[in-house]
Amino acid sequence: MADAHVTAVPVAHQFDDFEQQTNADTFGMWLFLATEVLFFGGLFCGYSLYRNLYFDAFTAGSHLLKVKYGAFYTVLLICSSLTMALGVRSAQLRRRTALTIYLILTWIMGFAFVYIKLRYEWYGDYLEGLAPAVNWAPSRESMEMINHFHAAVPHVALFFIFYFCMTGLHALHMIVGVGLLTTLLIFTRQGKVTGGNYNWVEIVGLYWHFVDIVWIFLFPLLYLIGGRYV
Amino acid sequence: MSTVAVEVAPTLPEVHYLNADYGWRSWLFTTDHKRIAWLYLFAITGFFAVGGLMATLMRLNLIEPQGLLMEPASYNKLFTAHGLIMIFFFLAPSIPTVLGNFLIPIMIGARDVAFPKLNLLSWYIFMLAGSTFMFSVIRGGVDTGWTLYTPLSTTYANGHVLSAAVGIFISGFSSILTGLNFMVTIHKMRAPGMTWFRLPLFIWSLYATSVIFILAMPVIAITLALIALERVFHVGIFDPALGGDPILFQHLFWFFGHPEVYILILPSMGVVSELVAAGCRKRVFGYSFVAFSSVAIAAISFMVWGHHMFLTGQSVYAGFVFSALSFAVAIPSAIKVFNWTATMHKASVSYDAPMLYAIGFIGLFTIGGLTGLFLASLGEDVHLHDTYFVVAHFHYVMVGGAIMGYLGGLHLWWPKMTGKLYPEAWARFACLLVFAGFNLTFGPQFILGYLGMPRRYAVYPPEFQVLNVMSSAGASILAIGYFIPLVYFTWSAFKGPIAGPNPWGAKGLEWTIPSPPPTNNFEETPIVEEAYAYGHEEAHVG
Repeated sequence: MADAHVTAVPVAHQFDDFEQQTNADTFGMWLFLATEVLFFGGLFCGYSLYRNLYFDAFTAGSHLLKVKYGAFYTVLLICSSLTMALGVRSAQLRRRTALTIYLILTWIMGFAFVYIKLRYEWYGDYLEGLAPAVNWAPSRESMEMINHFHAAVPHVALFFIFYFCMTGLHALHMIVGVGLLTTLLIFTRQGKVTGGNYNWVEIVGLYWHFVDIVWIFLFPLLYLIGGRYV
Repeated sequence: MSTVAVEVAPTLPEVHYLNADYGWRSWLFTTDHKRIAWLYLFAITGFFAVGGLMATLMRLNLIEPQGLLMEPASYNKLFTAHGLIMIFFFLAPSIPTVLGNFLIPIMIGARDVAFPKLNLLSWYIFMLAGSTFMFSVIRGGVDTGWTLYTPLSTTYANGHVLSAAVGIFISGFSSILTGLNFMVTIHKMRAPGMTWFRLPLFIWSLYATSVIFILAMPVIAITLALIALERVFHVGIFDPALGGDPILFQHLFWFFGHPEVYILILPSMGVVSELVAAGCRKRVFGYSFVAFSSVAIAAISFMVWGHHMFLTGQSVYAGFVFSALSFAVAIPSAIKVFNWTATMHKASVSYDAPMLYAIGFIGLFTIGGLTGLFLASLGEDVHLHDTYFVVAHFHYVMVGGAIMGYLGGLHLWWPKMTGKLYPEAWARFACLLVFAGFNLTFGPQFILGYLGMPRRYAVYPPEFQVLNVMSSAGASILAIGYFIPLVYFTWSAFKGPIAGPNPWGAKGLEWTIPSPPPTNNFEETPIVEEAYAYGHEEAHVG
C-alpha cells in the first residue's frame, strides 16, 4: 500500500511503518481466533461425549427444539457474513457511504439474531419447562417425544444444558460482535476508517466470520440430530 | 566492544527507562514493556512469598506423624492454595511476564511489544485474578487439591470453589493475552537481519510457551466455567447421578494441565540456554536442535495428558499410546540437556551465580525428568501414583528446574534491569544454599513415595518420620536460600556498584545497549548479522 494517503495515518511508536502495524494487528486477531477455537472446543468435546453416550436423549432433545429458528438464524448469519465481506471491500476502496450501509446491514442482522434468540427462542424454551435447573418441567407433549425415543429425562436435560451453553457462548460472542460493529460505525462516521485504517474492518470481519462459522457447526449438531428436517 | 566496556569505569546513562518519568501514574499507566516487567516482578514475588509460606507451614505440620500444627481439614486447604498459587500466580507468569516482557523486544531489536496497551491490560487482568483468588483463600479456601477434581469440587465441595475458579478463569485470559502479544511480537517485530535462526534460544522457548498459552488456557477457562455452572445450578455435567461423567473433567483438565507444566518449564529451559552461552562464552552447541526441541516439546505436550489418568479406567490401548508419547517427550528434553553439557565441554566455564544456577538446573532437571519416565510407564505408575514420588518428581522439575532457571535469569539480567551489580559472593552462597536445601527437601520424598506414603495427607505412619523431618529441615534451608537474594537484590538496586552495559561480556542485542536501557531501547534500529557471535575472542581461550 504505497499510497500517498497512508502516510497520514498515525503509526504507533513501536512499529516501523504502517504495513508492519496492520500485519501485526491482523495476525493478532488470527491468534485470538485460535484461542477461541479451543475455548469452544471444550464444549464441543463434552457434547460429543454425551451425544455418543445418550444418542436417544440427544435425538429427543433435538426434536424439542424449533428447527425453523435454527434455519432462520443460519440464513441470517450467512447473509451477514456477505454484507461484512462487502464492507471490508468498501473499506479497502475507501467508499465511506457504502461501508456505512454494509456495516449497518450487518449490525441489524447481528442484532436480530441476538434479539430473536433470547426474546423468542430461549424465552419460549424457558416457558415450556425446557430450561434445566431454572425451569425444568417438560410438558406432556415434550414427555411424549422423550418417551417416543426411549430417552431418560435427565439425559435430555444434559442435552439442553449443552444447547444453552453452546448457543449461549455463541450469543455472547454475537453481542461482542455487535458491540465491535457499533464502534466501527462510530469510527467510520469520524472518517478514521476510510482515512487509512481499513484494516480495522478486516479484523472485525475476521471475528464476525469466525462467530458465523461456529454457528454453521452448532446448527446441525443441535437442531438436526437424527435426520430431522422439519 | 566488550573489552572497552570492561576497562573504562562504567557510568549510568543520564536518562533511562527508570528515571525517564516519575510518580505512581508513570508506573501504573505505563505501556513500556520494561516497566510492566517490574509490575509483574513485584506481583509474583508477593504470590511466591504467600505460596512459599504455605509450603513452610505444611512442612512444619509434617514434622510430627499426627500433625504438629493443624487439623487435616486446614492442611487440605493449605496444599490446595499452595499448588494453585504457585502454578497459576507464580510459576506460569514468572519467566514469561518478568524476563520475557523485559527481554523479548530488546532481544529481537524492537522498541516495544506489538500491543503495549494490551500488555498493561494483561497485568491488570492478572491482578484482578490474583485478588479474586486470594479473596477465596481468605474466606476459607478450597480443599480439593490444585486439580479441582469433580465431584469433590462440585457435588461434595465444602470450600469456596466458585471464587477460586473465577480467579483462575480470569488469570487464563491474562496468560492468553500475554502469549498472543509475544507471538505477534516475535513474528512481526524482528529487527532487520534477525532471522528465525538468529533468534536467541530464549525467544524460541518463549515462542513455544506462547503457543501453549494460546491453545491450553482457553480449555481450562471453559472447563472452569462448566465447574462454576455445576456449582451454581447442579446441572449434572460431571455428576454421574444425572448422567454426567466426572472423568470428562479429568480429560479436559489434563488436556490443559499437561501442556501447562511445559508452560512452567520451557521458559526456564530458554533461560538456561542463555545462561550457558553467557557463562561459557560460546554459542550453544547444536543451536537448531535446541530451538526445535522447544517446539517439539510444545507439540507433544498436547498429546500426553492421559498419563495422569492411567488409574481412572481409561482404555488400556489409550494407556499404551499415552505412555509411549510421554516417553517421547523425554527425547527433546534430553537433547537440550546433552547440548548444554556439550556446550560446557572444553569451554572456559565461569562459576558466577548465573552459571551456578544453570548447572544446578541441568542436574536437578535431569533427575526430575528421568523420574518422570518412572511415572510414564504403565506398570510402575500403579505403584507410584499419588504418592510422594510424584510430589518429588514434579518439584524437581518445577522448583529444581523452573525456579532455578528463573533465579538464574534474574541474576544474569539484573544488571541490565537496574544498571547495578549485586554482591557476587552472596549470590553464589544463596545458590548453593538453594541447591542443598532443595535436595534435602525433595530427595527424601522420592524414598517416602517409593515406600508408599500417599500425597495430600496431613498425617502419616510413625516409621516415615525420619525422612519427613529431613524434608522439613531442607525446606527451612531452602526458605533462607530464597530470602537472601531478596535482600541483596533490594540492596543492590539502591546501593549496588554500577554494572555498565555488558558486565558478563555476553553477546546478544540486550548487551549492546546501556544498562538500564533507554525507554525506546535502541537509538536506531539495529541490524543483526550473527547470533551468539562469540567465536572471535574464543581463539585465545582454548
